[in-house]
Parts: sequence; C-alpha cells; structure tokens
Amino acid sequence: MAIPVIYNVRSVKARWTSSIVAVMGVAGTVGVFIAMLSLARGFKATLVSSGSADNALITRAGATSEMTSGVSIDAVKIIQDAPGIAQGADGPLLTPEAVLMAPIPLISTGTDANVELRGVAPNVLTIRSNVKIIEGRMFRPGLSELVVGKNAKVTYSGLTLGSTIGLGSARWQVVGIFDAGGSAFDSEVWGDAHLLNGAYKRPDTFSQSVTVHLASPAALQQLRDTLTADPRLNVDVTREIDYYSKQSTRMTQLITVLGGFVAAIMAIGAVFGALNTMYSAVAERGREIATMRALGFNSGNVVLSFLFEALLISFVGGVLGCLAVLPLNGLTTSTINFQTFSNLAFAFKITFDLLWMGVVFALIMGILGGMPPAIRAASRPVATALREL
Amino acid sequence: MKFSRLIFANLFRKKVRLILTIGSFAIALVLFTFLAVVKSAFSRGEEIAGADRLIVVSRIGLMQVLPVSHGDKIMAIPGVKAVTHNHWFGGVYQDEKNFFPQFVIDPENQRKVMTELVVPDDQWNNFLKDRQGAIAGARTAARFHWKIGDRIPIKTTLYGGAAGEFNLDGIYHSERPGGDESQFWLQWKYFDENVPAALKSTAGWYVVKLDSPNDAVRVAKAIDEKFGNSSFETKTETESAFAAYFAKQFGNIELLILTIGGVVFFTLLLVTGNTMAISVRERTAELAVLKAIGFSGRSVLFFVLAESVLIALVGGFLGLTLAYLLIPVIGAALTGLLPPLILSKSLLTLGLGFALFVGAASGLLPGIGAMRMRVVNALRRA
Repeated sequence: MAIPVIYNVRSVKARWTSSIVAVMGVAGTVGVFIAMLSLARGFKATLVSSGSADNALITRAGATSEMTSGVSIDAVKIIQDAPGIAQGADGPLLTPEAVLMAPIPLISTGTDANVELRGVAPNVLTIRSNVKIIEGRMFRPGLSELVVGKNAKVTYSGLTLGSTIGLGSARWQVVGIFDAGGSAFDSEVWGDAHLLNGAYKRPDTFSQSVTVHLASPAALQQLRDTLTADPRLNVDVTREIDYYSKQSTRMTQLITVLGGFVAAIMAIGAVFGALNTMYSAVAERGREIATMRALGFNSGNVVLSFLFEALLISFVGGVLGCLAVLPLNGLTTSTINFQTFSNLAFAFKITFDLLWMGVVFALIMGILGGMPPAIRAASRPVATALREL
Repeated sequence: MKFSRLIFANLFRKKVRLILTIGSFAIALVLFTFLAVVKSAFSRGEEIAGADRLIVVSRIGLMQVLPVSHGDKIMAIPGVKAVTHNHWFGGVYQDEKNFFPQFVIDPENQRKVMTELVVPDDQWNNFLKDRQGAIAGARTAARFHWKIGDRIPIKTTLYGGAAGEFNLDGIYHSERPGGDESQFWLQWKYFDENVPAALKSTAGWYVVKLDSPNDAVRVAKAIDEKFGNSSFETKTETESAFAAYFAKQFGNIELLILTIGGVVFFTLLLVTGNTMAISVRERTAELAVLKAIGFSGRSVLFFVLAESVLIALVGGFLGLTLAYLLIPVIGAALTGLLPPLILSKSLLTLGLGFALFVGAASGLLPGIGAMRMRVVNALRRA
C-alpha cells in the first residue's frame, strides 16, 4: 500500500521555509532557461520570417550578406528576362535594392545606432507581400520620401509619420509606416533606390541585391540553373528564407552558449538546494519514517513517497518559473546583427513546447535532488531510527 | 591551534550538508567569475582603446568610404602625430563560421599608430615586400594552426569573384594585456589594384594618433571642420567612444544576461548563507553547554565564525579553480563571437573576497546571538 499523498503535501507545508527556498531555486533556473531559449528563438524567428519561400535573393557569388554584394545594372537586365520570375502588371516582379547604413539616434539612450536603409523598387509591396502599409502611404518614386518599419519608428528618434530627416546629402519626409509582420524589415527604413544612391554618392549602376518574386516556390531551381549557367553573370541565387536564417546563426549561437552555461550552472545550484532541503526533511523525520515502516510500509513505499515530495516541490518551482517569464512573451528588444552590423529589433518568443521543456527540466532536477535522500530515508534500520531522540 | 579539533569535528558533523554547502558556494563563485568575464569581454573594445587615438569615419554612414587623400590633410592638422587608414575586408576563410576581422592596412603608417600591436622586424620587412602578404594576430593564427609561410585563401567578393590568396608573413602580438589579437592584416596597394572602380583610392576609416590625449576634442573638431561642406564629410571620435558605439548596440543582450546572472548569484549566496545560519541555530544547546563549562561569549562567536569562514573559503577556492578550468572551454565555444574571455587576478581576488564576506556575514548573525544568549534559557529550550 502506498503512503497517502496528503502526507507529503502536509509535510511540505510544515517545513515551508526550506520548501520555499527549494521552490525558488527551481523556479529561477527554469525561468532563466526559458528566457534564454525564447530570446534565441525570437532572434532567429525575426530573421527567418523576413524571408519568404516565394522569393529569391540574387547576390554576387560568394557574398555573405547584402553588405558585401553587388549586382550591376546590366546584370539586372539579364535577370529580368530569366524564366521562373512571376509577372506583374508592369512586367517581371523584381526589386533591385540598395542597402545602406545610416546613423540614427536610439530613443532609449540617445546614442547613434546603425539603421539599415533600403532603396527599393516602387512595386516592392507586390513582391514582399507580407509587408503592409499601416499608416500614411507608400513613397512616390522620384520624391525624397521614406516609409519606416513599425519597430524602427518606435526605436529610433525622428522617424514618426510626417517628420523630416537628413540622410546622406538630402532631406527626406516620412510618409508612411509599414508592418512587416515582426520580421527584420520592421527595423528598416525604405525609400526610392535611385534617390538613396544619389544622396549617398553611390553609382546608380549598382545595387546590393535583387529580390525576385518566383512564379512558384519550385521555380527557384530553374531560375538558379539559368542564372548560374549564364557566362555574363557571376551571382548566387538563394531562397530568401534561407538567406535570412543563415544570418541568424552567429547571434543565436552567442545567446545559446552564454544562456546555456548560466542555466547549467544554475541547475547544479538548484539540485544542491533540493538535495539540502530533502536531506534535512529526511533527517528531521527519522522517527516518523521509522514509525511508518514499523506500521508496515515497505522501503519502496518510503522511496516513492519522498521522491513524490521532491517532484512536488520541483513541479511547483517549474510552473512558477514558467509563469514568471510568461510576461516576457512578445516583449521587443534590440541588438546588433553581426552579419550586417545593423541594429535589429526582435521579440521574445515563448512557445508551449518551451514551457513544457521547462517543466520537464524542473522534474529532472527534482529527481536528481530527491532520489539520494529518499534512498537514505528508506535504508536506515527501523530500530535505530526509532530509538533516536 | 588549541580548538581546531573542535571546529573540525563540528564541520564534519553532517558530511552531506557540508559538501552541499561548499558545493553551492563553489557554484555561486563559478557564476560570478563567468559573468564578470563576459561583461569585460563585451566592453573590451573600450578598455583597450588608446586614449591618444581618434577614429575618423564618413559622416553619412559606417559603410561609406572616404578618399585616401584625406590622410595627408589630416596629417597637416597641428597635434596629429600619425595617421593610418583601414578598410573592412569582410572575406570568408573556408566557412562563414570561421569569422575573424580582416583589415586592409596602410603598411607605411600602421606601426606608427597601432604602437601596441607588435610584429618582429624581420617579419614586417617580408610583409612590406610582399604585395599579397598578410599579418595575423596571434589568437587567429593559433585558432587555425597557421604558420609563417602558409598560403591562406580568403574568399572575397571585392576582387571580382577571384579568391584572394595571401601569404602569412608575420604574426603580431598585443603588448597591452587583453588587446585584440584576432585581426588579419592585408596590403592596401594590392587591394587598391584589384577592387572595382568605385572603391579605388579610398579608405574605410582613418585612425589618428595624437601628440597628446588632452588634445582629442580640439583635433577631432578640427578634422571635422576641415572636411565640412566637402563631398566627403567626416565624423571623428575617440577610439573608446567608437568602440562604445558598437558595444552599446549589443544592447539588451548583455544587460539581460548580466541582470539574470547577478540576481542568481545573490540568491545563491543568500540561500547558502541561510543554510549555514540554520546549522548554527540547530546547535544552540551545545553552544550553551560550552558557555556553561566556562567558555567566554567571544570564543563561542569565534567557533561559529571560524566554521562558516572555513566553509566559505574552501567553497570559494573550489569555485574559482573550477572557473579557471571551465572558462577557457566556454571561451573556445565563443571564438569569433566575443573577444577572448580573460580571467584576471584581480577578479579572482574579488571573488574570494565575496565568498569570505558572505561566509563571515552568515556566521556573524547566529554567532552574535549565541554569544549574547543566556545559558539558562538556551539549555531549557533544548
């Protein structure tokens, strides 16, 4: 017969101070564990969601990012006629883009951050269908007008609707705010590619990259084969989604290694805490345990009972840890994108499976911390334990 | 010492608890050193920046180039001792994961400005003669097991799709502790011959060495005024301000890791201190007996303190040893992502100081209680 569960619940309550310490230890560890993972996932998700399976990014062969790439205007003309590109009302759907970096002060600290400035074709919204204008309107080609990502608007100063800002050698008016669904584009500022090139004294015969809308996701192979086989071109064709997921690897690795190490150290600390609590629980109740065994509960029952108690503590800790970090979900923060040196806003992303992992992590800590004391409780000779104190 | 046996007997009364308490101390200390080391790595750029150096970049943006002719004009400004120019090369060695910063340098002036980065003279002279020469920092050379004379292929988009191959002519060391030994230097002349027309005769940024650090503000202003209203305006900052500009953009990542870690560290210490205090309180009756047989209040306090300080000392020492062994492992996992993690002596001392402080504080409270208690009351309670 098993020892009633209510016995454990009451004994946890009776020694509430040390129980709370153990619960807090587990809760803290689980909290850090989830926070770090959600940060890494959020960063990755932001970049990955920037890409679309329907789009392909064409860069100079060997370029690691748009920053080190360049595609000439002659190449763009050849690309336009390649098969696999979707056709719009005014011809093939493609946008040759200029990518620049402008120092704009952060609202939070007042210090400059590198903001990615993207010169795009006027039909870019048809190509990047996940981008929608939510305030104002799209810029007009040939005018010094800008549209601003929704994160850029709240992160950098002077980018609200209607304001003017000096970038390069020209002054620009912000005429619209766009929502790119939480992707990296939300941290960018877009304008007419020709005018931006002019303002930054860049030759207008070059763009950093060309993004094309594919006739279908499967058309990528056909496009790639055609372009890479063309002797006049020297380009790489990447599915947009792959390009952006590759960009996230270094920062994700940094967060995972740093966060993982902190969480691992904490896990050891929390197991120590649980061990300490459970050992003193066993020591204080030497007589109680012996009495139960004298009454006929066997040592297996006692082990199970104490293990259950440790699991109870760690489960409560795990759930508390999850609840504590839940408000972080969706919280936006920003950091540097290693690949482009630009500032990128992203949000913590806490998913159900992360919470689930957190609770399992807590239970593992409970087993590690509860097992040795439980075995000790069960293995003491009944007669000696009863005589004690 | 006369009472050492008593203290040790008390220490080992509950072996499991002793081990766990020492273990918790060790864990807290590992965490502390790790956080301190990461923090210093994040702000390394600012720490190692030369106080007598300025960085000149294009006013309109980081990726914009400046004409190479700016160099002589900057040199003419009073207070400037030397000027050199750099380009960001941004090539790939084998795989993108093998990241290290590659700078195209101006060999004539590099050593006059970056005085703390030392290359042996014979290696430097070989580099000067070799158009495709390269100099690597000691850390990067060690990371990829390069030897002088190796040919190093760097994939780049700047040389018209052709892979650049460079001869490793020398290895530089930083004389300043913690200096950046990960850079890879290339010849500007070879760069200039191969890049597309838009990049010819350009510099990415200038590094200016001053006669005196006190002149920084005046010279910076003079440089920016000189190029004001020209087609290539500049923005001049001290090297540390420039480094801080990058460090700040890491933004909340650093802050988050440090806050979380800091909270954890203090909680761990509190919990550990609490455990130690409980173990003293449990023995109130025994301490009362000691007083009853004639020990003074002060010696009782001493017994308690000696015990907790001893635990803290052993735990702290263990933790620092562990950190000393673990940090290079973590550092290796972060190569190319963060500057090297350096565990300094002052940090180790600080960590041990922390441990001792918590040990003493957690022994002091119950110890003073024991010193003041009335023997009769304490004996009756038991």
